[in-house]
Amino acid sequence: MLREEELKTFVEGTTNYFEVAAQQPATIGSPYLTEGAPSVHDYTGVISISGKREGVVYFTAPRAMLTVLLMKMQENDFSHETMRDLVGEVANTISGNARRDFGRDFVISVPSVLAGEKPEISQKPGQRSFIIPINWRSHSAKLIVSLT
Amino acid sequence: MSAARGNGKGGKRTLKLLIVDDSNIIRRRIERSQQLEELEVVGTAANGLEALEMFSKTDPDMVTMDLTMPQMDGIECISKLVQLKPAIRILVISALADKATAVEAMERGANGFLNKPFTDRQLNEAIAELIT
Repeated sequence: MLREEELKTFVEGTTNYFEVAAQQPATIGSPYLTEGAPSVHDYTGVISISGKREGVVYFTAPRAMLTVLLMKMQENDFSHETMRDLVGEVANTISGNARRDFGRDFVISVPSVLAGEKPEISQKPGQRSFIIPINWRSHSAKLIVSLT
Repeated sequence: MSAARGNGKGGKRTLKLLIVDDSNIIRRRIERSQQLEELEVVGTAANGLEALEMFSKTDPDMVTMDLTMPQMDGIECISKLVQLKPAIRILVISALADKATAVEAMERGANGFLNKPFTDRQLNEAIAELIT
């Protein structure tokens, strides 16, 4: 069972990115549980976790949110590659936070990126995921934590 | 990978900076944000192998170095750069926030460590600290 402080590490890794990189904090919506493969937005950064816990953590965001985030970062390239780059960087930050807080009991992968129309994310039958809405300006992304 | 060579600013001795990161966003951000007159960006690289190639072309005095990169990671690249130029100053800029990683980078020869994400001010302070 996922512990509250473990979830907090992933959430803080995500919100910290917005607060520091865009100088504008994100807020957290009400978390909920879902069974089966959760739906994702246009771009998704994925980290795999093994060791003491097994599973995946995703940061998934719509293109519109990433575009505004890039603007806030003074970036002027809004290409598909830059969007991929950005969700990869957010996932990278989440991964770095997890390594710091969880130590070597957790083996955390280098992030990978999924993009395009609703990519398939595999899920074990019956596995439940925590979905944490990440609200920033008028946009909403999701942090999906699916660990056993 | 890109390289540039320019004249010193106002006749002052400028230090040459090489930016190494697999993220285009981060490379451009560092290039845009760094505001110190003493520094001139002479090249960028997306991994450790490109960094070594750029090193031979531009002979930088200072490097900003990501750690998690394809082909050759930052830790291995730091060791190689320090062997080639012991006086080189290396600022690690990484999302890896654990103490063990920072210690390993320093043991290989890095001179400073800045966590991602970072503000422009944090970046400029970290770079300034390295060149003083």
